[in-house]
Amino acid sequence: MPSPLLSLENLSTHYVSQQGTRVVRAVDEVTLRLEAGETLGIVGESGSGKSTLALTILRLLPAAARITSGRMMFEGENLLDKSDAEMREVRGKRIAMILQDPMASLNPLFTIGDQVGEPIRVHEGASRASAWKRAIELIRSVRIASPETRVRQFPHEMSGGMRQRIVGAVGISCEPRLLIADEPTTSLDLTIQAQYLKLLRDLQREHGLALIFITHNLGIVAKMCDQLAVMYAGRVVEHGPVSRIFSRPMHPYTKALLGSIPRMADNRDHLTAIDGQPPDLASMPPGCAFAPRCPEAFDRCRAEAPPEFAIDPEIRARCWLAPIDASAKAAS
Amino acid sequence: MKQYIARRVGYSLLSLFLLSVTIFLFVRVTGDPVSLLVEPGASPEDIENIRHQLGLDQPLWEQYWHFMANLAAGDLGQSFYYRTPVLELYFQRLPHSLLLAAVAMALSLLIGIPSGILAAVRVDGFWDSAGKIFALLGLSLPSFWVGLVLILFFSVYLGWLPSSGSGGVAHLLMPAFTLGWYFAAAHMRLTRSSMLEVLGSEYIKLARLKGLPEALVIGKHALKNALIPVITLAGINLVVMINVAVVVETVFAWPGIGRLLYEGITFRDFPVVQGVVIIGGAMIVLVNLLVDILYALIDPRIRLES
Repeated sequence: MPSPLLSLENLSTHYVSQQGTRVVRAVDEVTLRLEAGETLGIVGESGSGKSTLALTILRLLPAAARITSGRMMFEGENLLDKSDAEMREVRGKRIAMILQDPMASLNPLFTIGDQVGEPIRVHEGASRASAWKRAIELIRSVRIASPETRVRQFPHEMSGGMRQRIVGAVGISCEPRLLIADEPTTSLDLTIQAQYLKLLRDLQREHGLALIFITHNLGIVAKMCDQLAVMYAGRVVEHGPVSRIFSRPMHPYTKALLGSIPRMADNRDHLTAIDGQPPDLASMPPGCAFAPRCPEAFDRCRAEAPPEFAIDPEIRARCWLAPIDASAKAAS
Repeated sequence: MKQYIARRVGYSLLSLFLLSVTIFLFVRVTGDPVSLLVEPGASPEDIENIRHQLGLDQPLWEQYWHFMANLAAGDLGQSFYYRTPVLELYFQRLPHSLLLAAVAMALSLLIGIPSGILAAVRVDGFWDSAGKIFALLGLSLPSFWVGLVLILFFSVYLGWLPSSGSGGVAHLLMPAFTLGWYFAAAHMRLTRSSMLEVLGSEYIKLARLKGLPEALVIGKHALKNALIPVITLAGINLVVMINVAVVVETVFAWPGIGRLLYEGITFRDFPVVQGVVIIGGAMIVLVNLLVDILYALIDPRIRLES
């Protein structure tokens, strides 16, 4: 079996307060794999550690955060062994990221052409003129009309949807192997969202990109992703192919998430909401983090945190019910 | 853009009108200038004569009308004390003030901007703490005290620099440093806070995600945005420096307009005080206007809002 494009092994990122007294386990023992050209969706509530995980992969964490354990293998190299200068060579060139807010992620004082061409100049040593030409091509490739005029414009002269496309063009400018998109469509309206998602898929196909898609929208996951990782309180609680998890979720949290989506052909009277609040990451319950809200929890769940169980070669889950589930499936 | 400028000019004229009324009334509260101009024991007729000569026997609104009518014609009146046109006195002193302010501004920016950047980039580190102490001292030590300490040290003990007057570069150093010291601290603090705000923005995050070297992230993406408020403040401060150097110019006997104003207040020389304040106010209003227009040129967003 060839080694995957990206493989995270027992990766943990903790935020430590200045006095060192409060430790927030924002990302806790995460193990994930991603093959070249594949799309991985990461879903979870706000504060479940999705964005911290993305910034951990790029090693661009705020000063208070520490990567405390694990390995991050990317194209056969451990990113945690790299120096800061070597990491800069990875960012923007081999792994790119698209941020949430298209309004704020472009610098207001520089032209679009300058900002799109910048990674090409820095990573490939291209001249100003040739980076400018490439920028025009990139803007054309994200389907913005008359790119020759647009390159000379400033961010405020464009709509939100257009700016997000520009950010996309920045992302693919150096033909990275992996693109991480952190809720890239939350601030766009629905029709623009659909267009943007289609654009991302086309770009992915054209460039053979692997995509990590961070979202809380399961509809987008169903449309866009091959693999799904569900995060809860800093941990991946269930991980596997999207179609299989959607048709037969194992973890009670995944079940609850899927139960809370409205459907067109819905004959249920009520949407199911998940009772309770996510736990405080600085003072986690001793057992499973989801136990206080879990309808299927029993004594062991409240006392001891479950490890990751392989239900079959494709699906893994952190739940004491998983082995039971696996044997039930084997019996059927 | 035209409409934007027209509106700004309108506001500016309104501010100046309000200033003229205020200074005209306030200067008259300081007391009767005639009592300082006559010999002790002068007869009431003489006093009345001088008062009539100076136009101080007319009703207030009439005095104000004269003041404004002359002002509109570019005449600031005659000094009670020197008996020469205020404008003439002013232009004798102005070059000294300009020189002092220019050197003080250069010093304050040379100190303030790099130390502000350093403090923001090393936030909560050694340089940030050093900068905070520097800013605290800069903003809280009164300039008369800084001036006196400098004189004590460099003139009295070391004998390197002249303690007062004007002449060569040596005369300029201490007053310029005393005046620039306060503004250096102000420029440092603003550079730091504005830099910190910019460094937390999404576009700086994206610049880092692009893999740009830190020098480019700070020097290009952050600095240009962070300097916008600093440019504004420095532009206004340059004019403020010309007009508030009263204490510094008095301590070092520097013959600028600050000292002229000080003399004017001491002798209750109404036309001098009014003139210096009105010209100073006009300068500050004008520089604000220029900064607003410059802003619109630098930052394309403001251009379109109008």
